[in-house]
Amino acid sequence: MKARPRRFARLASAGVSAIAVVALALSGCSSPAASTPSAPRSSDGVTGTITVFAAASLTKTFTELGTRFEAAHPGAKVTFSFAGSSDLVSQLTAGAPADVFASADQANMTKAVDAKVTSGSPVDFATNVLAIAVPPGNPAHVTGFADLASPSVKTVVCAPQVPCGAATAKVEKSAGVTLTPVSQESSVTDVLGKVTSGEADAGIVYATDVKGAGSAVESVPFPEAAKTVNVYPISVVAQAPNAAGARAFVAYVTGAAGRAVLAAAGFGAP
Amino acid sequence: MSIRLGVPRWIVMVAAVGGLFIVLPLIAMAARVDWPDFIPLITSPSSVDALLLSLRTSLLATAACLVLGVPMAIVLARVPFTGSRVVRAVVLLPLVLPPVVGGLALLALYGRRGLLGGALDVAFSTPAVVIAQTFVALPFLVLSLEGALRSAGERYEAVAATLGARPSTVLFRVTLPLVLPAIVSGSILSFARALGEFGATLTFAGSLQGVTRTLPLEIYLQRENDPDAAVALSLVLVAVAIAVVAVAHGAGEGLRPRRVSADADVRARAA
Repeated sequence: MKARPRRFARLASAGVSAIAVVALALSGCSSPAASTPSAPRSSDGVTGTITVFAAASLTKTFTELGTRFEAAHPGAKVTFSFAGSSDLVSQLTAGAPADVFASADQANMTKAVDAKVTSGSPVDFATNVLAIAVPPGNPAHVTGFADLASPSVKTVVCAPQVPCGAATAKVEKSAGVTLTPVSQESSVTDVLGKVTSGEADAGIVYATDVKGAGSAVESVPFPEAAKTVNVYPISVVAQAPNAAGARAFVAYVTGAAGRAVLAAAGFGAP
Repeated sequence: MSIRLGVPRWIVMVAAVGGLFIVLPLIAMAARVDWPDFIPLITSPSSVDALLLSLRTSLLATAACLVLGVPMAIVLARVPFTGSRVVRAVVLLPLVLPPVVGGLALLALYGRRGLLGGALDVAFSTPAVVIAQTFVALPFLVLSLEGALRSAGERYEAVAATLGARPSTVLFRVTLPLVLPAIVSGSILSFARALGEFGATLTFAGSLQGVTRTLPLEIYLQRENDPDAAVALSLVLVAVAIAVVAVAHGAGEGLRPRRVSADADVRARAA
């Protein structure tokens, strides 16, 4: 009976230290940004691993740009973390090690700048406009944005809380059309999925999504979208472990090579 | 001096670490809650809609699990047939499938371009949510009930049958009362799984306030621009889950003694 409190304390401390060990082990293997100094030096001094946090909508283009960048800078390695821009900002604010941050909208880049996790001022490198995606053959015969207000057309949009939904709400307002969506998804990928699977008659996505989906969707003329242009900014991260590499990658994306790859994917010039 | 019974001390230590592993993240989350704004955050119309929708659909899904799952468990536990092992493995599939895959599979069947050719037009409707939840929750009921049926054995059923009871009478008067605690706990597990369903709903049903946006989907969405609301709602979900487990545990305990005493009674008589 007497030994009980002491035993409990011993058990508790053993438990705590075991958890600390696990935590240490986990944090040890989750720092992808650690640059590799053993990598061979290239002539321009851009070496090591460059960790890029980029918006999910940049997955295809940035992966390609990364490969080209590595070819142009032997000794450099680009690793990506693609996620929703707001997720990336919260990760950066929480201290995630990254060198570059590319956001799908200015609101999230502003959040990052306000949180002082960026270095220097962000550069706009691409634009994207909304598009109406319909399944092949356009089964509901959608001819334009106004048709989507009809309850007989199953329209899927992004929720207003996410960037594509905010842009959709803006277009609705400027065009004077009130949509009656059957679903407000949390990501543009989910909207596109509902259209490619044929569940929805129409979905509001980005022009680049329509282009990326190939023959899985068709698009319908959407002149009202031209007034609401979404701008993509990119910035070096304040605590970048590889600041030189980060600056080189930002320059590459905003330069001619980046421009060409982005344009081919349907992005507009900033 | 009494004999020292019990488990080695190191087992207790590892168990304590395991307990902390589960509890600490939840405590950390509770610490993050913006308590002064807690009530406004969780009583916003979208939050209330999501909570009510979640409770409604999870209850319906649990009912569907009972209707379908009890017969499934009985057949698996009591009817020997070739290929029963394969059938059992298939029934448990939703348990191991990533929920998104489950959603895609449901789409492939019930979707507009699915195998049923859109005969069942459920896309973007509340029934789609219930279907998705039932799909992922069913194995929990079948699994726990089948185990209970096997360990309960067929002695009492055999006795009842020899005394002239028809199969349905045996089922309702002997088999089901014997495994009632397992039915209750299996239903609770199914309810909890349905309440937490996310991936299949997102893929299959969509997300619209009051129609298909359940609490987990609402939390996922709120997290985009209102992390405080997301954390507050997460805590509500945890509270609901704890309440459900507590009620279930209480109900299960309430049912158990009767069975145990009946068991002891039988044993005493047999001796």
